[in-house]
Amino acid sequence: MAATREIGRNATSKGALTREQQLELYYFLRLNRTLEEQLTRLFRQNQVVGGLYLSLGQEAISVGTAYALGPGDWIAPMIRNVGALLVRGYKPRDILTQYMARYTSPTQGKDTTSHFGDLHVRHVVSPISMLGDLIPVMAGVAMGARYLGQKIVAMTWIGDGGTSTGAFHEGLNLAAVQRAPLVLVVENNQWAYSTPVARQVPLVDLADRARAYGIASSVVDGNDVLAVYRAAKEAVDHARRGDGPFLIEAKTMRMRGHAQHDAAAYVPKEMMEYWKARDPLLRFERHLTERRVWDARTKKALDARVERELAEDLTFAESSPFPPPESAEQGVYCEGCHEIAPVWQRPVAELQPPKSSVRPEWASFAGAFTAAAVSGNGARLSRAKSAPERRISPVRAAGAKSHPKSRAKSQPKAGR
Amino acid sequence: MAEVTYLEAIRQALDEEMARDPSVVLIGEDIGVYGGAFKATEGLLARYGWERVIDTPISETAIIGAAVGMSYLGLRPVAEMQFMDFIACCFNQITNFAAKSHYRWGAPAPIVVRGPSGGGVHGGPFHSANPEMYFVHTPGLKVVCPATAHDAKGLLKSAIRDNNPVLFFEHKFLYRRIKEELPGEEYSVPLGKAAVRREGRDLTILSYGAMMYPSLDAAAELAREGIESEVIDLRTLLPLDRETILASVRKTNKLLVVHEDTRTGGIAGEIAAVVCDEAFGDLDGPIVRVTSPDTPVPYSPPLEEHFLPNAAGIVDAARRLAHY
Repeated sequence: MAATREIGRNATSKGALTREQQLELYYFLRLNRTLEEQLTRLFRQNQVVGGLYLSLGQEAISVGTAYALGPGDWIAPMIRNVGALLVRGYKPRDILTQYMARYTSPTQGKDTTSHFGDLHVRHVVSPISMLGDLIPVMAGVAMGARYLGQKIVAMTWIGDGGTSTGAFHEGLNLAAVQRAPLVLVVENNQWAYSTPVARQVPLVDLADRARAYGIASSVVDGNDVLAVYRAAKEAVDHARRGDGPFLIEAKTMRMRGHAQHDAAAYVPKEMMEYWKARDPLLRFERHLTERRVWDARTKKALDARVERELAEDLTFAESSPFPPPESAEQGVYCEGCHEIAPVWQRPVAELQPPKSSVRPEWASFAGAFTAAAVSGNGARLSRAKSAPERRISPVRAAGAKSHPKSRAKSQPKAGR
Repeated sequence: MAEVTYLEAIRQALDEEMARDPSVVLIGEDIGVYGGAFKATEGLLARYGWERVIDTPISETAIIGAAVGMSYLGLRPVAEMQFMDFIACCFNQITNFAAKSHYRWGAPAPIVVRGPSGGGVHGGPFHSANPEMYFVHTPGLKVVCPATAHDAKGLLKSAIRDNNPVLFFEHKFLYRRIKEELPGEEYSVPLGKAAVRREGRDLTILSYGAMMYPSLDAAAELAREGIESEVIDLRTLLPLDRETILASVRKTNKLLVVHEDTRTGGIAGEIAAVVCDEAFGDLDGPIVRVTSPDTPVPYSPPLEEHFLPNAAGIVDAARRLAHY
């Protein structure tokens, strides 16, 4: 099994995963789940000094999407994307120390949760709590990387509620007109805090948001890690080819309240039961068993590894000091503490006169006048050309490798 | 050496920085083909191309967000607000994303947000504002307000080279009214340093931006009455050059602060607090403010004229302070 310190890796071109890779997916899913169970215990012991936000039930989306990225790609996780951070090479100790506000945390106690990142090795942009703001930022990462000649993809996530923000629309629109290599994963977990998705968005599929921006989209069963991986692979390949942004809607369910303090009494019991039966981890375990990808011994060894690593990191976090109080006043400005140097992967001479006046291929559509483009018919034609709709039906999205029982079911409409 | 307008000085700074460093890119509304609403970026698309001069949709949040994203890759984007009033549309990206980035997770965001601010051109309530103090109250940002063509060019160069998000408030009243000879050789003006524009011993007049000119006119008028005022151009509001302010107050013992921004929460209040904290014993009179009243910027000429501080008002206030 590949060492987890590696950052992401691409499978074969057709998106089929090897046995080793499937076992690695399981490892990340299990680590995500067990880490959050541990965090829940720490919260009850008052060791988590602030709020606790869980991704229970949504792990397959974080893990499956991030697994489709290459080492040079960039991500900006949201609060329920701990799994993506683990795939990217972060350790449980990073999450534990963040929540426990220790000096050893990636932000040295300055911020909490998944609010940390790394510009240079793991290429992770820290989220902020204002929803949607990562989308224009990641559009900028995608545009900037293309300018530098890097063939990378920028991926970020948003919830169903976050698709209502202005930043979501501004960011997606800019990415679309720039044909920037951005992959946006909309995690439709049915609830924006206490407000059901139907009162947030008047659409059956949030993927339809993509149509307004003329970009490609797909819908996937977010509780099927293999289907999520395949959808992400398709989106990442699309963006990397230069075909513009791609929006994936992953349908799932938030299996806890908005945060740990929220008992989610507003969620109908039968809705919870429905989704509990479709737990992404149990489904993937069944798949691994029925397809004979593993045996009981392999599972036991993987679970033991997760427990061991978590125990080690918990000891580390618990024995870590709190930050020195005076460090509260440090680090507001960058004054000589960082060397800022872009990584050029193209000749810089292309970007200086006279060569810089050449219009790049991706900008060639801008400003071109055609009679068809200003007529209604032309507008439709041009959309069809620039934005192939790649709708994957939930049934198909479940994929040949997922559990037969889940494949037989159509996508649930609970909560609508 | 030909004289250069304040606006041309800005264009020169952008041009020279883009020529010097390919990591400098421009992003904003109508800055490419059109050259900017005030033509601050005229000719730069033809010279530097579509990848470096990026016309965007009307999306201030996306402009700043994308600039921050590009800066994370080591680029140095300069974003234009068509009018600084519209910076309200991307307040969140600036104050929550860019400003807190280095403090929270050690990621510098070397962006510049520049554009025209200020009144005097009958722009009305949405094309005349001085929104600088929203941002002076935001740790992690730098706020620059040049008054001369020389400084507009030199400070913009420093802003682009700075590793922090810098908000650069140009004054549109000055764009084509100020003309100066600029140095032939490469130069920059450091952020965070005020300039003494006129030396004097009787009182200190602190100001910035377009209000430097009525302040200097007032000082000339006061000199005819035998009142010698020292006129200081703050140039940068954040960080504030406390040393220069305090040194002048310790010399003149009297302080008058003039700004075009509205009164409550203007920089004068902060400066008064700094002086009271650190040089109270040196004061021989109250700290006096001449500012706009606490209203939006009105449109009709007699209203706007009433709204804006002027040399006569500064002379009156300074005279009373001098005789205190």
